[in-house]
Amino acid sequence: MMQTVLTVTAVVLSLAAAGAIVRIGRGPSLLDRVLAADVLLAIFGAALCIDMAVNRHLNNLMLLVAISLIGFVGSVTVARFVAERRESVRES
Amino acid sequence: MNPETVIDAVSAVFMVTGALMSLAAAVGLLRFPDLMSRMHAATKPQVLGLFLLLAALGLQMRTWWVWPVLVVAWLFQLLTVPVSAHMVGRAGYRTKHLHPELLSSDELEAVVQQAAGQQAAKHGVDDDEAGR
Repeated sequence: MMQTVLTVTAVVLSLAAAGAIVRIGRGPSLLDRVLAADVLLAIFGAALCIDMAVNRHLNNLMLLVAISLIGFVGSVTVARFVAERRESVRES
Repeated sequence: MNPETVIDAVSAVFMVTGALMSLAAAVGLLRFPDLMSRMHAATKPQVLGLFLLLAALGLQMRTWWVWPVLVVAWLFQLLTVPVSAHMVGRAGYRTKHLHPELLSSDELEAVVQQAAGQQAAKHGVDDDEAGR
């Protein structure tokens, strides 16, 4: 049964990652790309979780926490950058 | 039907549902029209999807001591996701990445108008939407 679950989730997560990557490439604005990159990171985390659950180990747990931290820092930084650029254009 | 089979089945359902959350987010990213509605879709795998997958992991490990660690990982995600979503949403509003006709209510509009009026009064001349 675990093998079936692994196959199904691998297909589903691959499709989801493809959709997120398409949005990263096509996204009309920088913020759309940031959002899609965040979703891609969540999909990576989901894949790590499923790997741990199917193979019954906990090696990736710290990596999972680090991934969520990186996503947080990344999107906050880019959002600040977008807002700052808007402000500076207005000032000039 | 022994308990092992039941636990396996429950965690299998959790894993497939959690993966489907990611797929739902990708479909929402591709099909929704603007940044705000895409943000709505993007939250699914980050909170509920991660919860389901961590629950499946906890069920598969068959030990009690992993549950606090998994709860900490999930709570960490739960604390950081709203902050980053707030920042992205605020930057999106400021740079006008939204379709105002799709909003059912816009409570920030009045504040923005007031601030713009004060800015215009201070600078005399109001420059246009250059950062759009």
